[in-house]
Amino acid sequence: MNSLNALLPLLAAEGGESEPNVLAIPLSELIIGLVAFFVVFGLLAKLALPGIRKALDERTAAIEGGISRAENAQAEADALKAQYQQALADARHEAAAIRAQAQADKTAILEEARREAAEAAAGIRARAEATIEAERATTVAALQRHVGDLAVQLAGKVVGEQLSDDERARATVDRFLADLEEQAAATGVAR
Amino acid sequence: MAAEHLIADGVPQGCHLFPSGCGFPAPGAGIFDFTPLWKFQVFGIDFGIGKPIILLLIACAALVIFFVAAFRNAKVVPGRLQSVGEYGYLFVRDGIARDTMGKAGDAFVPLLFALFFLVWVVNFLGIVPFAQFAPTSRFAIPVAFAAIVYLLWVPVGMIKQGPGKFMKMMTMPPDVPKLMYVLLIPIEFVSNFLVRPFTHSVRLFANMFAGHLLIVSFSVAAWYLWSPNIIGIAGSIASLLVAIVLVLFEILIQALQAYVFALLTAVYINDALHAH
Repeated sequence: MNSLNALLPLLAAEGGESEPNVLAIPLSELIIGLVAFFVVFGLLAKLALPGIRKALDERTAAIEGGISRAENAQAEADALKAQYQQALADARHEAAAIRAQAQADKTAILEEARREAAEAAAGIRARAEATIEAERATTVAALQRHVGDLAVQLAGKVVGEQLSDDERARATVDRFLADLEEQAAATGVAR
Repeated sequence: MAAEHLIADGVPQGCHLFPSGCGFPAPGAGIFDFTPLWKFQVFGIDFGIGKPIILLLIACAALVIFFVAAFRNAKVVPGRLQSVGEYGYLFVRDGIARDTMGKAGDAFVPLLFALFFLVWVVNFLGIVPFAQFAPTSRFAIPVAFAAIVYLLWVPVGMIKQGPGKFMKMMTMPPDVPKLMYVLLIPIEFVSNFLVRPFTHSVRLFANMFAGHLLIVSFSVAAWYLWSPNIIGIAGSIASLLVAIVLVLFEILIQALQAYVFALLTAVYINDALHAH
């Protein structure tokens, strides 16, 4: 360096020529710059960039896949929900129909029961009336027969005995009445 | 690697303002020149491998090693290293490629990814202790990157749109009076085919160059002003603080220039893909 220093005044004496030209382009440096760039470019493009591009693509695919999976799940859930709602609506509908049917059935059954009861009541009344009528007829016939008999007996008794004595007439009537009662009792037992 | 290889040839020799009264040894273009470690010839071309080239190769190796480690076994659920790398990948894919080109940009993601991160890492070496030099502040390196981009989008445009349609699209803006084309065609041609690759490379180069020059200037000033009196101490500390602030500012510029370089690449390719 000392020798260089010694040269400095000499160089200065030659003027500004000693300063290197900063805009000079040495061919060797240009070549080295070109080669350096191409080597860097080649190595990066071959060894580094495909890896990161693949990873980024995979990430994009994974995110998009996740989104589409979520969308599918959402659609499925929506479909299922609609299905459940449909089923629920159907069940409600069915329940309403069943209730309506039951109501109708109840009315019909009540109507039927009422009708049957009315029929039965009518039958019973008719039979009772028939029985009453028959008994009345029987009673009337029996009474007529008895009244006839009694009248004959009474007439025989009136004719066969003297009704001068009040005591005797009274006894006769009493006997008649007693007989009548006996006969009535006998008739009642007979029936 | 000896000091003469590590420190640029043109770094000013130190002297203090007081008491020697020497002039300010302003750093010049020499601070971007390094003595080569070894020299060789390939096909008659002289190669001198010095610190800038070594730093460039270290940056390339670090970049490839990091992203291969992060992405080779990339998982759907990322680990810590992959998460960091993925953030970078998605930034280039979504923030640069898809933002400018839409889905068509996906095909150019590897190119944009390599360009953005190579430029950024190489720029970043400008503030890494002991490296402290961005190979992109050597003009040839941005030129190499810009040349690759230029030699990509021009053929892409020719093939995608056909040479005639592509040239018409690039030189004849629509809805302009016919007579104006006399002026516009040369201007558009020069602007799109000659100036474009130049600005593409110079923008990156000049930012890195200027940043480095500023930091070196204030660092040299801090040394130069350091003297046993109040002006010397105050000036020296102020210069050092400015240098530190400039380093922080450089972090921003490095990332921004890498982004701009990749974004412009995407814009040029998009121009080539679509007639507009």
